[in-house]
Amino acid sequence: MTTRRQGAAWVFLSPWVLGAVVLTLLPMLISLYLSFTDYDLFDAPNWVGIRNYAQMFTEDPRFWRSVGNTALYVVIAVPLQLAAALVVALALNSVKRGKGFYRSAFYAPSLLGASMSIALVWRAMFNDGGTVDSVLSSVGLDLGGWVNQPGWALLTVALLTVWQFGAPMVIFLAGLQQIPRELYEAAAVDGASRWRQLLSITLPMLSPVLFFNLVLQTIQAFQVFTPAFAISGGKGGPADSTLVYTLYLYDRAFTASHMGYASAMAWVLLVAIGLVTALLFRSSRSWVFYADKGA
Amino acid sequence: MRNRRVLLHGVCLLVLLLMLYPLAWLVAASFKPASEVLASLTLLPSRLAGENYAQALNGVGGVSVAQLLTNSLIISGGAVLGNVLSCSLAAYAFARLRFRLRGPLFAFMIATIMLPHHAVLIPQYIVFNQLGMVNTFWPMILPKFLATDAFFVFLIVQFMRGLPRELEEAARIDGCGPFRTFSRIVLPLTRPALITTAIFTFIWTWNDFFTQLIYLFEPAKFTITLALRNFVDTSSQSAYGPMFAMSVIALLPIVLFFLAFQRFLVEGMANSGLKG
Repeated sequence: MTTRRQGAAWVFLSPWVLGAVVLTLLPMLISLYLSFTDYDLFDAPNWVGIRNYAQMFTEDPRFWRSVGNTALYVVIAVPLQLAAALVVALALNSVKRGKGFYRSAFYAPSLLGASMSIALVWRAMFNDGGTVDSVLSSVGLDLGGWVNQPGWALLTVALLTVWQFGAPMVIFLAGLQQIPRELYEAAAVDGASRWRQLLSITLPMLSPVLFFNLVLQTIQAFQVFTPAFAISGGKGGPADSTLVYTLYLYDRAFTASHMGYASAMAWVLLVAIGLVTALLFRSSRSWVFYADKGA
Repeated sequence: MRNRRVLLHGVCLLVLLLMLYPLAWLVAASFKPASEVLASLTLLPSRLAGENYAQALNGVGGVSVAQLLTNSLIISGGAVLGNVLSCSLAAYAFARLRFRLRGPLFAFMIATIMLPHHAVLIPQYIVFNQLGMVNTFWPMILPKFLATDAFFVFLIVQFMRGLPRELEEAARIDGCGPFRTFSRIVLPLTRPALITTAIFTFIWTWNDFFTQLIYLFEPAKFTITLALRNFVDTSSQSAYGPMFAMSVIALLPIVLFFLAFQRFLVEGMANSGLKG
């Protein structure tokens, strides 16, 4: 009986196992190998040791530019997006009528915003003479279009991400609804103000959900591509200011045919995401509160 | 108290209007003559420029919009079928069956949710290239039949864990094997999670730009999302009208899906972060 059921389990699992081996594990190993080679897709890979990595770290200013841009983008977009998500979730949590409507309406940009269509809208709105530019000009802040200014173009990409705060907001809202009402009633009896309740009940009880959102959005933000591609015409401009990491990786692999170099970049990204995730988990010990494990 | 509530609704609606402005702007721009797209702040065009849509329907680079939409539909439909089938199979094994290595394999599956796609991208490209599948739809569809979207495996596992075990035990006592139990009892009960998986897969695949950019290069194979790429390189004013008409057409299926299934989408997203 048990062996028969074991067998059944592996039958159910077989597509996944095949995918995990052929499309995940083996490609990871191959890309690790390729990262130590020179490979242009046509000639056989040529072993070069750590040259790709050495070149990346010491001789390639565009690599560092892409690292800096991505780091800046993550640091701007993720906190702003989560802050917007949290504030709106808190507001909606105290709305009685129409909550379902608001929830869906605020969520819509999260699905639409990933599209090329919206990225093109963004480019036009933040372009010279576009809506945002015109509004800012009318109050005396004439920038001549954000997407043409090296100092502002990346912020355009970040704002598109912030606009998609609906997904984390929905998760916050679900988390808020699971906080027991008795906690607030007890606090109210003790004379705690609303502000006090937010700081002492809501935020600690919500911290696991905040942590989940933070990890998820950070990992996603590291891989931003489509809006940077659209806003910069695929080149990462102006002056490489929107050359995010994945855009440069795409450029190395599929424009310059440096598959080995791009593989090395992919591994650096993998390690970076792993490190940042590990750091977030480590920091979570001091600020994430799990009710079932006690304080 | 009443005033507070009115104020809250007022603020929510105001923020919502601001958020939805870019969408209204897109629809308005798609009907504006090219000279007005950037020039004015008002949403209403001076005249309805139907020629934008006429031009968009003619297509891009000699490929009709009907062809582009068909290509998108084949890829998204294939991906939906693949994900629903393969992810529900794997999820059932992880959620309900016992087998050796279940713990480590489940941990590996969860870890692949966080794995950046780029770590496997280039070898996958090489494999599909050697199989002669570059510039076909297979690289977008085939991986879905092998449950590579771990996020959905996880989503369905979470759902299946909430089903009462008694039903399956009763089925087993009545002589159902694991496959009958799965197809007759578990799968029908899992329908909400499967619908969520199907809709998300459809929308994400439809929107996915990166994979299509890499694998498709012949205009006749382009998807509607990829066709918009032609407008990325040129930012000439004359292309604005058709560009936004095309953008609206590309967005329309997603909007319709969203309006029809928003309950499943919002709840699917909410559940993904909880009950962990």
